[in-house]
Amino acid sequence: MPRESFNRHLRELQDDVLVLGSMVGKAIERSTEALKKRDLELARQVIADDGNINSKRFEIEEKCIELIITQQPMAGDLRIIVAVLNIVVDLERMGDHAEGNARIAVMIGDEPPLKPLIDLPRMAQKTVEMLHRSLDAFIERDGEAAKKVSDEDDEVDQLYDQVFRELLTFMAEDTRTISRATRLIWVAHNLERSADRVTNICERVVYVVTGKMEEMGVSKY
Amino acid sequence: MDAKMETRHLSFYYAAHQVLRSVDLKVKGNQITAFIGPSGCGKSTLLRVLNRMNDIIPGARAEGEVLLDGKSIYAPGVDVVELRKKVGMVFQQPNPFPKSIYDNVAFGPRVLGMREVSLDEVVERSLRAAALWDEVKDVLRKSGLALSGGQQQRLCIARALATEPEVLLMDEPCSALDPQSTLRIEELMHELKQRYTTVIVTHNMHQAARVSDWTGFLLLGELIEYGRTSDLFSRPQDRRTEDYITGRFG
Repeated sequence: MPRESFNRHLRELQDDVLVLGSMVGKAIERSTEALKKRDLELARQVIADDGNINSKRFEIEEKCIELIITQQPMAGDLRIIVAVLNIVVDLERMGDHAEGNARIAVMIGDEPPLKPLIDLPRMAQKTVEMLHRSLDAFIERDGEAAKKVSDEDDEVDQLYDQVFRELLTFMAEDTRTISRATRLIWVAHNLERSADRVTNICERVVYVVTGKMEEMGVSKY
Repeated sequence: MDAKMETRHLSFYYAAHQVLRSVDLKVKGNQITAFIGPSGCGKSTLLRVLNRMNDIIPGARAEGEVLLDGKSIYAPGVDVVELRKKVGMVFQQPNPFPKSIYDNVAFGPRVLGMREVSLDEVVERSLRAAALWDEVKDVLRKSGLALSGGQQQRLCIARALATEPEVLLMDEPCSALDPQSTLRIEELMHELKQRYTTVIVTHNMHQAARVSDWTGFLLLGELIEYGRTSDLFSRPQDRRTEDYITGRFG
């Protein structure tokens, strides 16, 4: 494969990561929407679409393996491919969390709502925003931007605290709310984990830029 | 780092043409050090300086210091034959003498005046060390030229080992070999590490990455970057190294 062609493949690989990131971002938004609007059809759609996310991840991994075999990449090229191999795992896992939340939406079904959902959509929105910015930082090779995104994981953690405390109050006041509140805690937990995955992506961005592996945004959870 | 060999401000000239520019380098003992770089970067010259192989080239001269175990090899009074006994060399093209396998290996020890009685032992030990013994033990009187390319190169390695060198210099030792023979030589280099310090020049970057512990990248006679092989190939510090090893030039 000539050098120009290898460069093109590397760019395509990164485009693929953006596509996967966009699929995952949508899955998070739609599963949250399904919970908020109690849209079971939408929830089932998110569950079905998770297969596409998984396939895309494997497709990208195959491309990485092919480039390693045929090009034996070194230095910066190698770091990009290693980073992609890690990032797609994080993205795919975030997709699983979104699917999990869609399943919870189906589980909740048409039970009477415990309360209007406000902080959970905020968590989702923040997570998706962090996700897109982390991938922008990856494409731009901007380690500083990645560190900044990673720091913002604290905001998601704070929202998680808030949701947890509020739901705990519901359960303490009325034990009949326990199962419904517990499900919402699961939802919050999935979102919190997703934001943690974004910090992993940020770590990979720093690795691509500097060659150093460092732990960032250590979550309290 | 405790250096088996060291160069200090080493510059080298072929007449008016400067091919090495103030190279500072420490070659660690019992490790494999590789030099990489585009054609004409000075890597072979640097290798040949380490056992004064360039001495015979008219107009060639070195400035700066080259040390073996802390002692200058260019100092007046240094016996070059004695130096090359300690610092052996294997070349790009397998170059056995038109002699028997046995005599090829025995050549160096004979020149150095080793008694005939112990030669058998030296030949066997050297051929074993070069991983060739089992293939040739029954045909030691056969011509070295009758062997395959890969075997010939291992014969040359055995010949170099026969004088019990401390450092083994290898100039593109696999470039004339097929992948299977290349693999044998690379495995051999790994085995020899226990006893010898090896310095290899290779055009094949991936070979450098596979076999060496330390890698130096040369460009236009300058040692641009020198470090642990795993670091140099995954996170080079110099843009020029990065460009070369990712194939963006050279």
